[in-house]
Amino acid sequence: MKNGKVSYLFFTFLLLLLQIPLAGQKSHHSPEAEDKEFNASEFIIEHISDSHEWHLFTKKNGDHVSIYLPVILYSKETGLHFFSSKQLAHGHEHKGFRLETEGDYAGKIVAVDESGQILEDKIPLDFSMTKTVIGMLAAALIGLWLFLALSRSYKKTGISHPKGIQSFLEPIICFIRDDVVIPNIGYEKHEKFMPYLLSVFFFILINNLMGLIPYPPPFGANVTGNLAVTMTLALFTFFIIQINGNKHYWRDIFATPGVPFWLLPIMIPVELIGMISKPFALTVRLFANITAGHIIVMSLLALIFIFKSILVAPVSIFFVIFMDCLELLVAFLQAYVFTLLSAVFISLAVSEEHH
Amino acid sequence: MILVASNSLTTPAIGTIFWAVLIFSLFFFVLAKFAWKPILSMIKQREESIKGSLAAAEKARKDMVRLQSDNEAIIKKAREEREIILKEARDVREKLIAEAKNKAVIEAEKIVEAAKAGIEREKANALSDIRRQVTILSVEVASKLLGEKLKATGEQEKLIEKYIKDVELNSN
Repeated sequence: MKNGKVSYLFFTFLLLLLQIPLAGQKSHHSPEAEDKEFNASEFIIEHISDSHEWHLFTKKNGDHVSIYLPVILYSKETGLHFFSSKQLAHGHEHKGFRLETEGDYAGKIVAVDESGQILEDKIPLDFSMTKTVIGMLAAALIGLWLFLALSRSYKKTGISHPKGIQSFLEPIICFIRDDVVIPNIGYEKHEKFMPYLLSVFFFILINNLMGLIPYPPPFGANVTGNLAVTMTLALFTFFIIQINGNKHYWRDIFATPGVPFWLLPIMIPVELIGMISKPFALTVRLFANITAGHIIVMSLLALIFIFKSILVAPVSIFFVIFMDCLELLVAFLQAYVFTLLSAVFISLAVSEEHH
Repeated sequence: MILVASNSLTTPAIGTIFWAVLIFSLFFFVLAKFAWKPILSMIKQREESIKGSLAAAEKARKDMVRLQSDNEAIIKKAREEREIILKEARDVREKLIAEAKNKAVIEAEKIVEAAKAGIEREKANALSDIRRQVTILSVEVASKLLGEKLKATGEQEKLIEKYIKDVELNSN
């Protein structure tokens, strides 16, 4: 068995070195597509970035087939605008708006005048339901459905032993409670923060897992690898800390005990930086971990197109499967880490004794 | 070309933040109210009921052990009491028998005494009677021998009484 695998891999690498071209690859491509050099970084960035459309597939003639997502714009002058992103496809203008593809405003929807000139002082606020938003919404709905069903099943079973979906989710819930929240926040106060920490854990987890499933929509959106999303979640933790911070917490920031008063002008900014660096750490950690995983998977797939050989595919797929297993771990791990750190930061703000 | 939204990789987009706040808030509030609260309370209730049941079982076990030892103690005590009661009863019986025996002996002695006394008395009476008869007979014999000399006078009677008294004094 093992020998067979090794020889198979060796054979694959051998063919890889020979770089046998994809059969019939050239003849089927349109002239432009052939001329266009494969750009791996563009390929990767496209997949991990947010977008106004959800790409389904590309036809043989090079046309993209996508779900066009709603564009919602707010402009001070003209108010709210609501239309499909199809109107903006291929650089078309609609209602005086255009989606820039290059330049300073690349990727942004801008207001343009009749001559097509960008009106720099009238950049609209973009509240579009992008790929990330739809992915996040789907994850939230799945989560809501899952846990409302779980709640109903608890009403049915009462305090008898866990059944069905309960036996899968209850250990996770109990793990969060017994190994994340109670050890940090303490038994007396844990009940207050359990709903938030459970919500944030499962929200991140479901989004992470949905991001790992490549297809079809609403799976595959890089939600937790989106800086705006991770920042929002971190800000929730931040505000929960500030709202629940007790007098010890605020005294540590504005009148750190044991520090001479003339040092306070230095200490207060330091403490404030500490206050802000916590949500920043949460934001970047989640974003970077998830995005990195997606980038690696996309890079491995890009290898197939870089080498222009179908024989790279087994190798790529092997490594992608390996990476996906790792990403599965990371999906749980990062949800856990975010929850754990949130619990730690909250505990620092609500603990009675001094550290 | 895909419609890439802003430079979204490194710049948090305001629209995404808006939607994330909205979606996560809804997710959080709905779940907090309708899912986490009942689920956590149910898990807690279950845990408490398990804890309570275990404690009750432990208590019942201890009670059983205590009851068993109590029972044994009670049985032991009862046995001891029985022994004591039996012993007492035996003692009482023996005492009663002894008493009865004593009484019977005393009674018997009394009866014997009385009988003896009666016999003595009867014997004395009989003796005195015999003596009297003998005296009378001897007097009659003597009078017959002497002839009518001492006949039917008060002196004869007095003489008999005097002899009897002498005889009685002598016999005593």
